[in-house]
Amino acid sequence: MEKNINITVKVWRQNGPKEKGRFETHKVNNVSIDTSFLEMLDILNEQLINENKEPVAFDHDCREGICGMCSLYINGRPHGPDDDVTTCQLHMRKFKDGQTVTIEPWRSAAFPVIKDLIVDRRAFDKIIAAGGYVSVNTGGIPDANSIGIPKADADEAMDSASCIGCGACVAACKNGSAMLFVSAKVSHLAMLPQGRIEGARRAKAMVAKMDELGFGNCTNTGACEVECPKNISLSNIARLNREFLSAKFQD
Amino acid sequence: MSNLLTASIGRKLLMSVSGLFLILFLFVHLTLNSFLLLDGVMGFQKGQLFNAGAHFMATNPFIKVMEPMLALGFIVHIIYSLILTLQNMKARGPQAYASGNKTTGVEWASQNMLVLGIVIFSFLIVHLFDFFMKMRGYIAWTPGEVEFPFFGSMAKGEDVYSLVNATFKVLPIVIIYIIGSVALAFHLAHGFWSSFQTIGWNNTKWMSRLRCISTIVGIVLGGGFTVIALAQYLFF
Repeated sequence: MEKNINITVKVWRQNGPKEKGRFETHKVNNVSIDTSFLEMLDILNEQLINENKEPVAFDHDCREGICGMCSLYINGRPHGPDDDVTTCQLHMRKFKDGQTVTIEPWRSAAFPVIKDLIVDRRAFDKIIAAGGYVSVNTGGIPDANSIGIPKADADEAMDSASCIGCGACVAACKNGSAMLFVSAKVSHLAMLPQGRIEGARRAKAMVAKMDELGFGNCTNTGACEVECPKNISLSNIARLNREFLSAKFQD
Repeated sequence: MSNLLTASIGRKLLMSVSGLFLILFLFVHLTLNSFLLLDGVMGFQKGQLFNAGAHFMATNPFIKVMEPMLALGFIVHIIYSLILTLQNMKARGPQAYASGNKTTGVEWASQNMLVLGIVIFSFLIVHLFDFFMKMRGYIAWTPGEVEFPFFGSMAKGEDVYSLVNATFKVLPIVIIYIIGSVALAFHLAHGFWSSFQTIGWNNTKWMSRLRCISTIVGIVLGGGFTVIALAQYLFF
């Protein structure tokens, strides 16, 4: 089912963090609908290079939806019009012939633009560095039955651990809150025995860092959950609140 | 406990607890208001049951103690909502998305809690001027004295019922009350479950239950006040 479409791309250009940004409009013709969104941007960049113009800078790495590097706010949604996928797994079949596609970087005070569509997401790394780990070496993979973990807990921990830290939750949130990310990272460790021990300290340290870096306050709106490419559940946020408050009340 | 209120989740805990406290007050308020609909039951004449209820609330020492607490609840809820919203606007950054927000499946109320809160607050001011300020003598009001059955004997008190009834005979006032009540319904439909989420009393199983209960709380309170205002205008 070979089909090609012509689209107009309205893309955010910004030379540096302090520079004023603007939108640029380009035509991209004859794009196969089987092209991925990032491949379409590659085609656009080839075009720009041939015209002796500067290519559009955007983040990408694995292009198979597991690294969390790609971002892009496309036509009003983080990771574009498809559900539960990252931008690299979005395909041009989701767009119509002749459509204008608006591409913007994540917008959040804690994620400043570095160049064009690339934003600085090191704030997430700083939150992880504040406590999103187990402090001691827990050894290799233990024998399956040496520590009993209920299947339901293991599944839920695995679901929380599937967060790739792309930042779509912050980009989607009207409050620029990072609660879905932080709650996923706190949850997947808190639900397993190796991580449970440091649960209280971890929740306090990660929330303190999150606040310090200027992320907003969660209002339980749930746009993050809708836009999360990995379907991280809002109930993680309830667990983070529980972990944080009970840790604070013990102090 | 140290520095709890400097943390985002600590501030939200205050919003949550004060909000739940205000919801509790609203249920007491609605219960009293429902007396307006109960004429002619248990031997009460027109307006007597409501007057007896108003007399009970005005003379009860527990209510006297709770009144400043209630004011405090409102103040905390409003001040912290402003602090949190300002922080959120700052965190969002100055640059809006040119392509807007096309995320689907998000509660409308949850995205407009501040606006709904401002509508409810404006209504509250009108409401205080209509009744509370008069009953407390801040605004001139000469109530008639009425007699009503009160815990087995007869008691005398102010005729609050006539004030309520006269107020709700004016159509623009009824419309203002309905707008306030509908805003309240939407505010609570999100606010109730959200407060439990903030406390941490939620998980995947309880999410749908709490949301359902929250919708019911919104409909019962917002709808209840609306029905009573309309009934006073139309039938009493």
